[in-house]
Amino acid sequence: MLSYILRRLSTGLITLFGISVISFFIIQLVPGDPAQLQTSQIADAAVSERVYQQLRELYGLDKPIPVQYANWVRKLVQGDLGSSFHDGRRVSAKIGEALWPTLSVALLSFMLTLIISTPVGIYSALRQGGGFDRSVSTGLYMLYSVPNYVAGMLLILYLGVKWDLLPFRGMRSDGFDDMTTLGQMWDLAQHYVLITFCFTFGNLAYYSRFIRQNLLEVVRQDYVRTARAKGLGERSVVLKHAFTNSLIPLISLIGLTFPFVLSGSVILEYMFNWPGLGRLYFESVLQRDYPTIMALNFITALLVLGITFIADLTYGLVDPRISYEK
Amino acid sequence: MSAEATTSGEPARSYWHITWRRFRRHRLGMVGLCVVAALFLVSFLSPMLANEQPILCRFDGSFYYPAVIDLIHQIPGSKLIIKKKRPYRLATFDFKREFDPDRGDWALWTPMRYGPREIAAEPLAGPSSRHWLGTDQSGRDVLSRMVHGTVVSMKVGFLSMGIAVILGLVLGCIAGYAGGIADLVISRFIEVVMCFPPFFLILAVLAWFPPSIENVMIVIGLTRWVGIARFARGEILRIRETDYALAARSLGVRPAQLVLRHLLPNALAPVLVSVTFGIAVSILIEAGLSWLGFGVQPPDPSWGTILRSGYENLFTAGHMIPPACVAIFLAVLSFNLVGDTLRDVIDPRLQAERA
Repeated sequence: MLSYILRRLSTGLITLFGISVISFFIIQLVPGDPAQLQTSQIADAAVSERVYQQLRELYGLDKPIPVQYANWVRKLVQGDLGSSFHDGRRVSAKIGEALWPTLSVALLSFMLTLIISTPVGIYSALRQGGGFDRSVSTGLYMLYSVPNYVAGMLLILYLGVKWDLLPFRGMRSDGFDDMTTLGQMWDLAQHYVLITFCFTFGNLAYYSRFIRQNLLEVVRQDYVRTARAKGLGERSVVLKHAFTNSLIPLISLIGLTFPFVLSGSVILEYMFNWPGLGRLYFESVLQRDYPTIMALNFITALLVLGITFIADLTYGLVDPRISYEK
Repeated sequence: MSAEATTSGEPARSYWHITWRRFRRHRLGMVGLCVVAALFLVSFLSPMLANEQPILCRFDGSFYYPAVIDLIHQIPGSKLIIKKKRPYRLATFDFKREFDPDRGDWALWTPMRYGPREIAAEPLAGPSSRHWLGTDQSGRDVLSRMVHGTVVSMKVGFLSMGIAVILGLVLGCIAGYAGGIADLVISRFIEVVMCFPPFFLILAVLAWFPPSIENVMIVIGLTRWVGIARFARGEILRIRETDYALAARSLGVRPAQLVLRHLLPNALAPVLVSVTFGIAVSILIEAGLSWLGFGVQPPDPSWGTILRSGYENLFTAGHMIPPACVAIFLAVLSFNLVGDTLRDVIDPRLQAERA
């Protein structure tokens, strides 16, 4: 077990190194550096050139790329992600601000997905091929094929603009500070509705189908037959013996879909003017804000690696048949 | 699959023939395939469906067929061989204004008389009998732009996946067959690429290039090969150990030939499934990028840019949003349906289950 963890950690470190090198070079090779972008407005050519050189020096862009990379790594090890090239604020502060809006929507949508798709999946598996199973799976399949930003546009158009039911810009209405605490909570909740729905509905089909499929496989196992033969009630057989065991593959599915939750948010967050990580990333790319882009790339990669690692370890905990000694 | 051929008493057929016969039995899959074919047809025929110049016309005493030439011009390189006749070639030439029935001019118009870049009416007008889907913020016909946007989506879908398939198959086969150091390097590289959320990677790489549809295609292709490579590697590893691979090797078939002639064709069917899904994803990414302003640039039409114009004029011109949404949804749905059916059809385990 310990050797497995160590091995995974060491390959993870190599992967992280690869990711940081690749993203560093991708970003640095982009034509048009931030200093150039910021001095392009200055009319006087001589002044522009002087400011440009000073900015390059300030940002450390005048040094060779390997030296810049080494500096970046040295600071990273000290826990310093640097300051934004765009507004000079600490990158960690910028990311910290954007983290909660993204994470809260992701968690909320995730909980909703599980709450809805678990009973749907179980019920369709038990009544396999029945009316409910077929109609729900067709309906969810159609939903699954609706791209989330397409649904977002339609929801904004109808629920937001035409019928004026729900807000769709940002997290708060104007005059948020003057509201009572209860009013503020209500306002926040309203702003969450549309964007959370957009993140959720596509996953419903995927998860309920996944749960259904796994349950169908488990139901055929011998130990389920044993449970039935013991005279256990159908409820207990399905929920306690079959369902709990069908959850194991779900762990890796969660690990696999997590990065998509973070990246799928670029368009949606931009569309809903949501101050999250996706929008921060998009704006940083436009502003050539190297430190922020690097930090976001690095943090998401770290999260992806970490979550798959935890998922693999959990696998072993819930399924004693899996062994790490090999 | 051989069981099916022998029990029905028919002669053994090729693998693809059997696959097609099974495919035909799936109603939804066939519907998806028909929609895909229709989208293809629309994108190929777009210059003759919506154009500001006619299919055939008599103008000032001579005959012209400008829309037909537009159609031919879709083939790369054909612009060098066939050119439009004099007045039509000029950017300033406005056929509709010069058109004069008294002189004996007549024209066979395309079903939609407006070109995708033609400023035809008032900006942001709602649907009317002349402009079925209304006009956009510059007064261009939305229906015509939708038709021509299909070209972009189909092109990006197929060409970007073409790039991804070639890269993925080559690297996957090398990793799977050669093993050793090559496998280690390629597998690690795949893992690194997979750790980036796909959209982040595309945005970061796209910042390199000036925004254009070709660059979008290349970047999508360059970022989406990893899944195919991993898949091809696994398939090659599996097939390499089969008896027929051993037989071929003991007959003295050289490695390159073994991979190309014996291993790859057997790994191709599952790859085709992921390609079909991949096309849906590419269409989705292209529309998303165009929406963000990284893809197709104005005044060129694309479903994503139409959606963007609708978003920018939400309160005045909501009429642009539903058509673009429906088009993207239909394209994604039909490719998904085809992919799902293909997967069911070529997976022998599912066949056994059903029998």
